[in-house]
Amino acid sequence: MTIKQFEKFLEVRGLKKYFEAGRPTLFSREKSLIHAVDGVDLNLRRSEIIALVGESGCGKSTLGLLLMGLESPTDGKVIFEDRDITHLNDDQRKDLRRKIQMVFQDPYESLNPTQTIEQILTEPLLVHHIGEHDQERSERVIKAMEDAGLKPADVYLQRYPHELSGGQRQRVVIAAALVLEPEIIIADEPVSMLDVSIRAEVINLLADLRIKREIAVIFITHDLGSVGFFADRVAVMYLGRIVEIGAMLEVLEKPQHPYTKALLSVIPAPNPRLRHERIILQGDPPNPINIPSGCRFHPRCPAAFDMCKLSDPPMMTLTKSHKAACLLISSGK
Amino acid sequence: MESFGFIIPQKRYPLDRTRAILRKTAWAIFTIIFVIILNFFLFRVLPGDPARAGVRDPRLKKEAIEALQIKFGLDKPVINCFETLNPIKVGSCTVNPMETQFFIYVRNLLQGELGISYHTNRPVAEILAQRLGNTILLIGAGQILSIIIGVVFGIFAAWKARTAIDYGALAVSLMAWSLPTFWLAILLLFWGSAIGLPVAGKATPGMSSMPIFAQWADIAKHMFLPTLTYTIIYMGEYTLIMRSSLMDVLSEDYILTAKAKGLNAVQILRDHALKNAMLPMVTVIAINLGFTVAGAIQIETVFSWPGLGSSVAEAVERRDFPVLQGAFLLIAVTVILANLLADLTYTYLDPRVEVE
Repeated sequence: MTIKQFEKFLEVRGLKKYFEAGRPTLFSREKSLIHAVDGVDLNLRRSEIIALVGESGCGKSTLGLLLMGLESPTDGKVIFEDRDITHLNDDQRKDLRRKIQMVFQDPYESLNPTQTIEQILTEPLLVHHIGEHDQERSERVIKAMEDAGLKPADVYLQRYPHELSGGQRQRVVIAAALVLEPEIIIADEPVSMLDVSIRAEVINLLADLRIKREIAVIFITHDLGSVGFFADRVAVMYLGRIVEIGAMLEVLEKPQHPYTKALLSVIPAPNPRLRHERIILQGDPPNPINIPSGCRFHPRCPAAFDMCKLSDPPMMTLTKSHKAACLLISSGK
Repeated sequence: MESFGFIIPQKRYPLDRTRAILRKTAWAIFTIIFVIILNFFLFRVLPGDPARAGVRDPRLKKEAIEALQIKFGLDKPVINCFETLNPIKVGSCTVNPMETQFFIYVRNLLQGELGISYHTNRPVAEILAQRLGNTILLIGAGQILSIIIGVVFGIFAAWKARTAIDYGALAVSLMAWSLPTFWLAILLLFWGSAIGLPVAGKATPGMSSMPIFAQWADIAKHMFLPTLTYTIIYMGEYTLIMRSSLMDVLSEDYILTAKAKGLNAVQILRDHALKNAMLPMVTVIAINLGFTVAGAIQIETVFSWPGLGSSVAEAVERRDFPVLQGAFLLIAVTVILANLLADLTYTYLDPRVEVE
């Protein structure tokens, strides 16, 4: 398969999504807004794996939905294969759905309980009019299942989701994404509901798919430790914005943003001798309705100084493959 | 990545499903047998002399009472010589179980006989059969209409959740649901009589000589008001349940997944949401269908509709125990069968329903 070269594979520019959150008080005129995603820039290359890391409520899932077109952004642009896909109608979006697929967090919720595995996996093909006849569709389904690690496929075809284990279900979800032969898979915490023993298998599966099918993966997670090792790049998100992004080893070994440092310090180490001091963040958990002034991390930042309250730090380039948004970098501290 | 140590799921159907159906059916039969027994004793422990109920004349002679008791089989012991259960016993106390009231009752029941009405002297089975037909006609029409309207309203409300359409449907349903049945019936009765609709009975007297289509048209006219009342009362309930059930389903991840796969709104609704949203509806419909036979006592009474509900009301007034006993049995059996039907529909609709 020859891959057409595009200048931009997937590019996100200044993407914003605000949700209305009612009025702060009964008599207020203005409605308060939840700043779920607040100006995200991101560049995904073909068959690249990016781990998008951040705590609950930092907007990482919303970013996934925006990229899928399941939510409409307030502002900003999404460009896919040199084409602006920020605002598309349903018909235009439908072709795109083939190329960008999503894997949700909870494999117990994301499969229709009244459909058999075969129905679940065949449906996307029928919707997109792929395959001339049943035979061809069935071959595609079996191939996707085997790529997703459901072997032998015919054992599973007539099963219902409730008859499978969590890991098997998540494989079905992945197979359902693969059957359309996408170019990007957005995986929203795909392993957080699974047993620890199954997690590595599913992560390895996604890593394998990148090699076998040249699929790019955006891996959304709150657990830096479990995914760091297989991603090409790591993007750390805080309160709707990416605060540090870079090649996986650079970020893990030389984190620059205090928030990344804190995230890394709390990853449990199996060897107690190697344990180091943990950075426990102080202060209130972030409130996406009232974004703090200046640097949005300053109220919880252990290294904050006066300037942080006033000035919102821009993204600083550290090396060719490492960027972070922190005033400590520019001030040279 | 060849082997994951998976436990490959075992084949479950169709043997287990057949077994589940058989077990549920067996339970239903067992329950019916229990109801038959309970139904008999329920009316035997009630105070009052059944034989006197038919003829309410205190001057009734002893011989006449005895004759009535023999006629209705009340001279025989209930099940044995329990005096308390059989306060007015005329004949000698035989211990032959086949000659007791209970076994005669069971034997008659197996032959399809439900006894003779104290009041009209007609066989109860005949009375009930005639009334049942009328009730099924009225309530059946009302149920079908209210289910269709309720489901359609519910779908619209859920699909347009938190818009004017939704709030409108919600307000109408809540109001319809909380209206007192008899009050709405009387209101519609006034309105109907003002515009010249028939307000009582099932047919205009003397219609039987008319051609068959004219008779049907006449029945349809008579049915209009009670059916309308019934539809309004039940429509609200169905709308509310359909709405909330569909809203639940629409917030599920597999709906979002379907959207991400490229399905359009109609496909999502048709192929994913409705089947799952109908599950709670099946339960409610089955429960309501069970009570269909009981009739809407209030509606039938207001519109003098000759259905089962009004026959129960009349039988209570007249202490016509055989009719009540027969009606109770019929109602109980329908409720049990409707529940069985709901169970079976469920096993068909929802593969998760476990065999346990």
